[in-house]
Amino acid sequence: MKVKSTQAKIGDWIFVLLCVIISIICVVPMVNLAAKSLSGTEFLIRHDVYLWPKGFNLDAYKTVLADAKYQRAFIWTAVLTLICTLLSLTMTALCAYPLIFPGLKGRGVINVFITITMFFNAGTIPNYLLMNDLGLLENPLVLIIPSCLSVYNMIIMRSFFYGIPDSLRESAEIDGASFVQILMKIYIPLSKPVFASLALFYAVGRWNGYGDALMYIKTNKQYFPLQLLLYNILNNVNAVEVAAQEGFNQPGLKDSLKCATVMFATVPILLIYPWLQRYFIAGVTMGAVKE
Amino acid sequence: MSEAKEKKAAYKPLKQKLTKTYLKRYWQLYALLALPLIYLAVFKYLPMRYIVLAFKEYKLNMPLRDMPWANVRGETDIFKYFKQAFGNVDFKRALWNTLKLNLLDLIMGFPAPIIFALILNELCFKKFKKVVQTIAYMPHFLSWVIIASLCSQLFAPTDGLINSLITQLGGEAIPFLDDPSHWVGTYVGAGVWQSFGWGSIIYLAAIAGINTELYEAASVDGAGRFRKMWHITLPGIKPTIVVLLIMNLGYIMGGGFERPWAMKNNLVIEVAEVISTYVYKVGIQGLKISLTTAVGLFQSVVGLFFLLAANTISRKLGERGIW
Repeated sequence: MKVKSTQAKIGDWIFVLLCVIISIICVVPMVNLAAKSLSGTEFLIRHDVYLWPKGFNLDAYKTVLADAKYQRAFIWTAVLTLICTLLSLTMTALCAYPLIFPGLKGRGVINVFITITMFFNAGTIPNYLLMNDLGLLENPLVLIIPSCLSVYNMIIMRSFFYGIPDSLRESAEIDGASFVQILMKIYIPLSKPVFASLALFYAVGRWNGYGDALMYIKTNKQYFPLQLLLYNILNNVNAVEVAAQEGFNQPGLKDSLKCATVMFATVPILLIYPWLQRYFIAGVTMGAVKE
Repeated sequence: MSEAKEKKAAYKPLKQKLTKTYLKRYWQLYALLALPLIYLAVFKYLPMRYIVLAFKEYKLNMPLRDMPWANVRGETDIFKYFKQAFGNVDFKRALWNTLKLNLLDLIMGFPAPIIFALILNELCFKKFKKVVQTIAYMPHFLSWVIIASLCSQLFAPTDGLINSLITQLGGEAIPFLDDPSHWVGTYVGAGVWQSFGWGSIIYLAAIAGINTELYEAASVDGAGRFRKMWHITLPGIKPTIVVLLIMNLGYIMGGGFERPWAMKNNLVIEVAEVISTYVYKVGIQGLKISLTTAVGLFQSVVGLFFLLAANTISRKLGERGIW
């Protein structure tokens, strides 16, 4: 190893410092929120809570966790996310796998058919009218089916499949394996990284999404995903209903409750994503080198 | 000529046989493709038939083909709703805001992940680098509802963290959320905050692909940190930068719904209303179906034009196209 000059060492530390500042900028908003959610009402009324909770208590969380409305929305969103992720992964694999066979007749046409949907969208209103035709308005299925395949993610999976040596497939074919067997026995087991990565993309998309629910579900409030419920509460939609809720008419408590609700909806994802880092990096990188 | 014909005739039975064996072998693949293709046909192609509404008068409970063509007092004018849209102050404002916010996003948001990737690349502590990366990816996983509420807590006019800091340092509180021009800054800033870490992944991968011998050779020649950055790293990731830049330019007319919808508030509606939120309000809430279909069609077609142009430019420059 060569010895670094003092100047280079100082340079190293400047970059470390820069990264520390960037990291702080990333976490400060969450820390601020967490501190407020854990603070006592009297400090919140005095606007005195910044990065560290004052008058530490868990009352806001107790209220949120005991609220049947949040429990329902949380469980419903979790179930929804699970179903969506599994269905989307299946659909993505079903679409990506056949397209890697050069011998498949009509592959070019199918590729064009698929690619067009990436570049031209009928628009919000035609989509809305379609949901109406299909009887999906006010229907919980509207949160699952219309978004069950992302062509972009399909392309990521396809490039991963392309990376699996053809010889594996060919030798299995010679041994008399059917194409479905090859998919189940060779491609899926070898593609764990891309499945993990896309599962995260789909799950985060569903967990965080609220636009479709806002557009397609108005009266069946029991099907609101967590984020839409959160949006309505934070923006005082249906102010009368919100005011009638316990705690939301007291200024200090209202703040800590709001923050606790946000934390409640965020923590699950924050607990999961660091463990999948290796995989989603692979997924993003693959999206960039698509063929 | 006749020889070729004869040859073709001779091959014909063989070809049929091939099709039969072909299908026997390949039918499974078509069966696998069936579901995704049906999905795309129903959810991506079927709604396209409603695009014609942009040129028709929408009538509730009437089959699409029976609806009359758009007309002004009985006189057919199929572009009525496009004219109406462009005569509409609200739509023109939404169009302008869409372009403005997307352009600002591009100017501020595009260089950020590149700079961050360059900074990360200079770190020599592996563990530390990984921790910084994990933290920087975090905002990408937050929903816009959450980010909007983070902003409202952080930038609140009197008790928000930032404004408290500013007033304590003797400055004047800044209306980050309530004043239109400041709101634009907050909106763009939140976008950069959300995406710079995630966006750096691609650049880090590109940097990892650069031949390390180049750096060693440069060191031998006495090049310092910044010279190496300028003469090796940046040229090394230039193809990635160009492709992503052009791709982003292609999406300049696009724009999601969830971000502006979550971040807007009544005080800043003049700068916060974009096409997607306008279509939702006027179309789905206000039921002006034909007008908003026309607006949507305009956005899709212009968006498509931008994307195709971007792709052509990308190919002309000798970089790989978007597709």
